[in-house]
Amino acid sequence: MTTTPDTGRALVPDDQNGAPLADAPILPDGIVIVVKRDCETCQMVVPVLQQLAGAVEMHVYTQDDPDFPADPAAISDADLAVSWFHNIETVPTVIRVEDGYEVERTVGWLRTAWEELTGENDLGDGLPPMRPGCGSMSVDPDLVDALRVRFGGTSLASRRIEVASAEDEMEMMFDRGWTDGLPVVPPTEERVMAMLEGTSREPGDIVATVPPDLVEINVEKVAIAAVMAGCKPEYMPWVLTAVEAACTEAFNMHGLLATTMPVTPVIICSGPGTRAIGMNSGGNALGQGNRANLTIGRALQLVVRNFGGGRPGEVDRATHGSPAKISFCFAEADDTSPYGRLATEHGIDDGVDALTVFAGEGPHSVVDQISRDPESLARSLALKLQAVNHPKLIMAFDAILVMGPEHARVFADARWDREQIIAGITAHLNRPGSELVRGAGGIAEGLPEAFGDAESLPKFRPGGLMLTYAGGGAGLFSQIIGGWVNGDMGSKPVTLPVGH
Amino acid sequence: MTMILDPTSERHIAARERLSRPDSLEGLTVGLLDISKPRGDIFLNRIEERLVDIGANVKRYKKPTFTKPAPVDLRHQIATECQVVIEALAD
Repeated sequence: MTTTPDTGRALVPDDQNGAPLADAPILPDGIVIVVKRDCETCQMVVPVLQQLAGAVEMHVYTQDDPDFPADPAAISDADLAVSWFHNIETVPTVIRVEDGYEVERTVGWLRTAWEELTGENDLGDGLPPMRPGCGSMSVDPDLVDALRVRFGGTSLASRRIEVASAEDEMEMMFDRGWTDGLPVVPPTEERVMAMLEGTSREPGDIVATVPPDLVEINVEKVAIAAVMAGCKPEYMPWVLTAVEAACTEAFNMHGLLATTMPVTPVIICSGPGTRAIGMNSGGNALGQGNRANLTIGRALQLVVRNFGGGRPGEVDRATHGSPAKISFCFAEADDTSPYGRLATEHGIDDGVDALTVFAGEGPHSVVDQISRDPESLARSLALKLQAVNHPKLIMAFDAILVMGPEHARVFADARWDREQIIAGITAHLNRPGSELVRGAGGIAEGLPEAFGDAESLPKFRPGGLMLTYAGGGAGLFSQIIGGWVNGDMGSKPVTLPVGH
Repeated sequence: MTMILDPTSERHIAARERLSRPDSLEGLTVGLLDISKPRGDIFLNRIEERLVDIGANVKRYKKPTFTKPAPVDLRHQIATECQVVIEALAD
């Protein structure tokens, strides 16, 4: 352990992970008090500091004005190193230090606590018995990100890229091909460190192997994408889970990317955590305007694009693509749903945050403003579901039905539960092979001739029609998200719990 | 001056030189990889006929599904058994 006598600082040997913390100061023995001028409580206790100065070994650190207090003289903590490393959240903070170790602290002004900690009596004659302190500059939201970078002790492993002074950072990121066509937030070290505060996982933890380049991505690189997408740190568990789910063998992100069809990972979130981070499951849930919905979906896309190397015109061979490929992520209103949530269908326990990734296209609207009995509405929804990808193609594609509250109420009023709704719709999804084979109806597209004799063929494989609940309170509408090639041949929906 | 973190995988791609094209296919083994798209077999059957006509040996291979990369074992088998490979991409 070496010391720098001019500041009274010492180098501590290591942090909790064994890495040296070159900037971490140790506190001098005695009574350490941290103050700032811009705090009325600190100003109020200056006479107490003067009282203590003559009686005990005392060291006053000041955060803002090095001349405060003038008497007793203070040590400047202008870089906030002492405050940062010793977790000062309030000023004044009084700490008793023995042999380089903190043994006791109190915050704000509380006469009895100060007297007990310092061993001195009759402190602050004439002052009120207590007064709360003020916020420490080391936890000031405007400063904390920069301090975390300066003192954080973790060195992020990603390559640093310097943006030249005359260069516009937004344009620079467009030029490097790192955007989806919209501007991205520059992933500075400060922003990425702040993003990493949203997860308890270590930056170096491997999250998934990302196609098409099949490179292992760690938490840090996911955080970079999350910053660029515009996420808040509290979205990180959702982004990490979405990346993990999309990069499974079952989901087959590689094929989804490479296909000529206009499909994308659709992310359906549910659980109390969706409400905690402010996701939208109500009006316009599938649309614009909600930061969490939009940026979680976008972060996954940026991972695939920038880290996985999946870009349009390269491995992404979509004929038309879809606006859904920028981001397609929404929350289910599982707290008000009359028939539970999709994650339960996929084996997730109640109350557990979860998300499903589904290989789907943009939503198609079903308008039925007349049906008021469940049988009519089930037939109506089935009629539109026949059209998923093509009315004469069956079994090869799944679909998700996003029912709005007004349609769902028709079923709820008739006491149809989830299974009954799916069974009720499915009952109207069977058609004879003669209507579906190639040439039938004067349309060349369709099933091979061999299916022509089949009496009844279902539109969807078992479990291939999934039900979710989201949308605004007005409108007798539902949305259908048509799927891509399903099962072992293509993609299976993947549902995972979201770890926090 | 702004410093930003690299969002890419920072991987270094190994550049491999392509084999030179053979002057003739006569006597060579040509692998035909069907990626399992509908009617890819029709295309490859015709290609096989023409290759046999010019004296090539033909071996046929098939991916389990067009939506996923060819399994490693299949790629290895083709590489060890053939000098040339043709892949039917479209339906």
